[in-house]
Amino acid sequence: MSRLPVIVTTIVFLLGFAVCGLHFRHFASTRVVADLLTDNAYLGVLAVGMTFVIISGGIDLSVGAVLGFTTVFLALAIGPWGIPAPLAFVLVLALSAGFGAAMGALIQYLDMPPFIVTLAGLFLARGGAFLLSTQSIPVNSPVYAALVGFRLHIPSGGQIPLITMVMLLVFVVCGVLLHFTRFGANVYALGGSRSSATLMGIPVARTTIRVYMLSSLLAGLSGIIFSLYTSSGYSLSGVGNELDAIAAVVIGGTLLSGGVGTLFGSFVGVMIEGLIQTYITFDGNLSSWWAKIVTGALLFAFIAFQQILSGGVLSSLRRTSAPA
Amino acid sequence: MNASPNGEVLLEISGLSKSFGAIQVLHEVGLVLRAGEIHALLGENGAGKSTLIKTVTGVQGRDAGTVRLCGQDIAPRTTEEAVAAGLATVYQEVNLLPNLSVAQNLFLGRQPTRFGIVQGGVMRKRASALLREFGLDIDPGRPLGSYSVAVQHICAIARAVDLSARVLILDEPTASLDAHEVEVLLGVMRDLAARGLAILFVTHFLDQVYAVCDRITVLRNGRLVGERETAALPRMELIHMMLGRALEHSVSTRDAGRPRGDCIGAFRDMSRRGSIDPFDLDLHRGEVVGLAGLLGSGRTETVRLVFGADKADSGTAQLDGKSTRLHSPRDALRQRIGYCPEERKTEGIVAELTVRENIILALQARRGLWRPIPRREQDAIARRFIKALDIRPPDPERPIGLLSGGNQQKALLARWLATEPRILILDEPTRGIDVGAHAEIIQLIRRLCEDGLALLVVSSELDEIVTYADRVLVLRDRKQVASLEGESVTVSSILAAIASDDVAPKEQAAKEQVAREEVA
Amino acid sequence: MSGAVHTAPGATRRLPRIPRAALPQIIALVAILAIDRAVSPGFFDIRMSGGRLFGSVIDVLNHGAPVAMLSLGMVLVIATGGIDLSVGAVMAISGAVAATLAGEPLAITIGAALLIGLVCGIWNGILVAFLRIQPIVATLILMVAGRGVAQLITGGRILTFSAPGLSWFGGGSVLGVPAAVVVTAGAIVVTGLLVRGTALGLMVEATGGNARASRLAGIETRGMTVAVYAWSGVCAAVAGILAAADILGADANNAGLYLELDAILAVVIGGTSLLGGRFSIGLAVVGALIIQSMNTGILLSGLPAEFNLVVKAVVVLAVLLAQAPRLRRVFARSAAPPKATEPAPARQQGAQP
Repeated sequence: MSRLPVIVTTIVFLLGFAVCGLHFRHFASTRVVADLLTDNAYLGVLAVGMTFVIISGGIDLSVGAVLGFTTVFLALAIGPWGIPAPLAFVLVLALSAGFGAAMGALIQYLDMPPFIVTLAGLFLARGGAFLLSTQSIPVNSPVYAALVGFRLHIPSGGQIPLITMVMLLVFVVCGVLLHFTRFGANVYALGGSRSSATLMGIPVARTTIRVYMLSSLLAGLSGIIFSLYTSSGYSLSGVGNELDAIAAVVIGGTLLSGGVGTLFGSFVGVMIEGLIQTYITFDGNLSSWWAKIVTGALLFAFIAFQQILSGGVLSSLRRTSAPA
Repeated sequence: MNASPNGEVLLEISGLSKSFGAIQVLHEVGLVLRAGEIHALLGENGAGKSTLIKTVTGVQGRDAGTVRLCGQDIAPRTTEEAVAAGLATVYQEVNLLPNLSVAQNLFLGRQPTRFGIVQGGVMRKRASALLREFGLDIDPGRPLGSYSVAVQHICAIARAVDLSARVLILDEPTASLDAHEVEVLLGVMRDLAARGLAILFVTHFLDQVYAVCDRITVLRNGRLVGERETAALPRMELIHMMLGRALEHSVSTRDAGRPRGDCIGAFRDMSRRGSIDPFDLDLHRGEVVGLAGLLGSGRTETVRLVFGADKADSGTAQLDGKSTRLHSPRDALRQRIGYCPEERKTEGIVAELTVRENIILALQARRGLWRPIPRREQDAIARRFIKALDIRPPDPERPIGLLSGGNQQKALLARWLATEPRILILDEPTRGIDVGAHAEIIQLIRRLCEDGLALLVVSSELDEIVTYADRVLVLRDRKQVASLEGESVTVSSILAAIASDDVAPKEQAAKEQVAREEVA
Repeated sequence: MSGAVHTAPGATRRLPRIPRAALPQIIALVAILAIDRAVSPGFFDIRMSGGRLFGSVIDVLNHGAPVAMLSLGMVLVIATGGIDLSVGAVMAISGAVAATLAGEPLAITIGAALLIGLVCGIWNGILVAFLRIQPIVATLILMVAGRGVAQLITGGRILTFSAPGLSWFGGGSVLGVPAAVVVTAGAIVVTGLLVRGTALGLMVEATGGNARASRLAGIETRGMTVAVYAWSGVCAAVAGILAAADILGADANNAGLYLELDAILAVVIGGTSLLGGRFSIGLAVVGALIIQSMNTGILLSGLPAEFNLVVKAVVVLAVLLAQAPRLRRVFARSAAPPKATEPAPARQQGAQP
């Protein structure tokens, strides 16, 4: 019953893929699937963090800006500042984790709405990126070349680059974290009811801070991926990506009011958004804005669907379900 | 029922007092819970039951008094500390997480793990074993929210007991259960008592009290009325303990032979499934109709239908002889019916608006968006009612949230009086109000009725109701069971009507059957 | 419960409401203007050129107009306890519609643009009031899809126009005052009349303060919710027309981008709680002016424009800290008599007179 939205989303994706496969020659190939994964690797990682935040009953508007900041920081650190790439990665991840923890602390200890706190975070991170540089800076580093060159070849022409592997690994690791650990259960508990969670002795403050820390950390990682993907840093990278991530999570069956959702659903949500883009690319005649319109329509369909499910169907199920 | 008054004393509360602002809600209350007993805590709304539980379990601080658990003084500052001490509470609103699985709910924060990974299988197996002790054989992997409220209650109890609770407080656990579910829950309570736990059972269903409780403590207006053995307390006397003050004071001051005015409102066959059985109601000009009954008997539900706050499933309403549609408060407002709800804070006042704005709110709603009441007129209305009802402080520009309960109530009355209603409904108008304002509001009710208003008043204060009501309708188990008029409006006749079918215990089985159908 | 009680415990109780609540915002605006004056000595200079006023202050007003416009609708939405994320996208749509119809008679151009804004607002309102979708989610849909719709209308290009009627809103002036400022000032007056000249303001505040009690007092809360979202849509449409006229073209990608956040910020700076209740249109406009004075000041100071966002972030944090419920409670507790040991906020129990 709570899995129904995910199932529907998956069916929608499979149907969509089938339609594309019938419509375009060469669509149903490992190459297209691999590209679908690779082109959306950074978005997938953002969506993972967003899933945690939304399930805990919050929202994080800052992730796109953190991504942008990260790409600029990396480009400058590896280029002009001469910091070795691995160290730059560590630095930027630590920086973004600390940033997220600070936002979480404000939300928790000052009782402030996540929407506004992370909005301030958006301004701060994007502004920070602008301050560093407003130019698009190419990254020329042997480490980058090596990382970008590292690819896994799969049968019939598909290639899985490192960033795609990282994205898939993030989904698996965070899937375990969300679905099979105490921390994960606590995240659901927060989204279910903050007051009940408190009464049940859940460490509410610690969990809240960690959730936002994780989201920003993953946004940083997503920035690294984006930086590798484009081999450059630009302060306008990731503008509006927070919306794409939220949309993917909601399409994936996670309730924006919190407490319900799966990481797998978010994965499918990202793939659906990617599929729409791919369709438009393959068609060649369709304009890019149809992606936004279709995403919006899907959002509405899924939200309305969940509203009906939680309002009417769920409560009637509850009433008829047999007592012991 | 196994009265075991000799069990070891587990929880001892003495001299507990608590005030909110200037209003004292608990006056040196005491209570003793022994191992193996089920102890009922009874009283009407506002008697102080919730406050007592909250102060004992650390949700709120207390002003004075001691709480001893197993001989140790305890002063928990949070619910967690209370649970750690062995004192667990299960509320009517189950404080678990409906979105998580049953097993997660039972073991949240202490799930069995290996290398940090929750062992789902082990946890579910333990959950099944634990729930079987409570006679529950369900799939612990499904979300808690997919099970009935009864199952959720039992899960909450199981979690509390498994967290080594020795004293269990159940606050209205049966309020939203059907008859069968109640039986299951009462069975669980008996088992737990047999295992040596002490249970404090708060409810307003007296049948359940007589079915499982060994002893009864009654509170009224924040004071301890008494503690009795259930077996030695006839129901009539219990109801009297809960509702009545001294009978001899309740002399009716009504003008007995007053002629009845025209019929303003005639409601026929009104009902709403699961909340109130079909009833008829006539309201006459210059008449006060009282609605009496225990908590949960359907008093508020009745008046909400009359006002259109809830939609009726059946029935017709006639106002001044004309058929009328009453589907929303707006309809009622248009028909000049007013309603002061019982829940003043959540349904009555808009706390941050001023007294003036709160007073003119309904009048403005009736005039509509495009005909704003000019500021001068607003001021005049506010001043008039502040003076007439003696609202203090007499400052129309003060946010109403800063006023005392009695003055808020008067401002709400003013809100409706400003709309010049034909019918005014007052739900517990004197609840939570200090003695002075109490008397004023009763005076006011009399005056309004002399002005030709039809009043419908819900009250738990029987000796109050008999002083102003011309007619009293008695409700019991969501049904109108008696209509008393004239000479027969006395506290004792109301009490008799409330307790009526106790007189015929043979009908008990039939009655339970009816109750079951009603709830279903 | 809502945090928008402007009653500081104690002292200032007798003063009329607006001045008491307005003080921090006005001090902030004056301070920022003073800083602007410090970094740019000619800040307050105004000169006339070609029948139109020029100067930094005029720039503040002119460039602040779209956000001020948006905040007019947003303040009402927020007062009911909602939020409207779609206003930026609605700006883009209405700008696109206006640019497409720029050749038609002005009444049709403007009318169509306003109508599309109204439709968008009503759509949001229906989702919130009747489908009971959380406002932030309901308006997210249009925020995502709206920009796509705008691009669909413009065909993805920047649609330029030169029709004198529509252009007037960008380059024209009335008695030297730029048209955008005049239009916005007019809209402020109209909104003010609409809200305070009818009972709408009171009903919005009542609904935002306590929706259940308002319904029981006979207020049509759902209709009103639709009305405020509709108004927000119309205001966004006006802002969209101004933005398009300013650059003589409709840029579906960038018109109104992130302006919904600025509008929300302006309302919050203006002291309206995100939880709903008491609101002030004037202060929301002051909030918009504060934001724009900062932007202009940074520009004039010679600092890179990139500082804008960082400074804005700091301001958001400062405002939030000042309004944080928990900090307020701390202050309230230290000011309250020692008796109030209750964890619940003081307004839950009526204090005795």
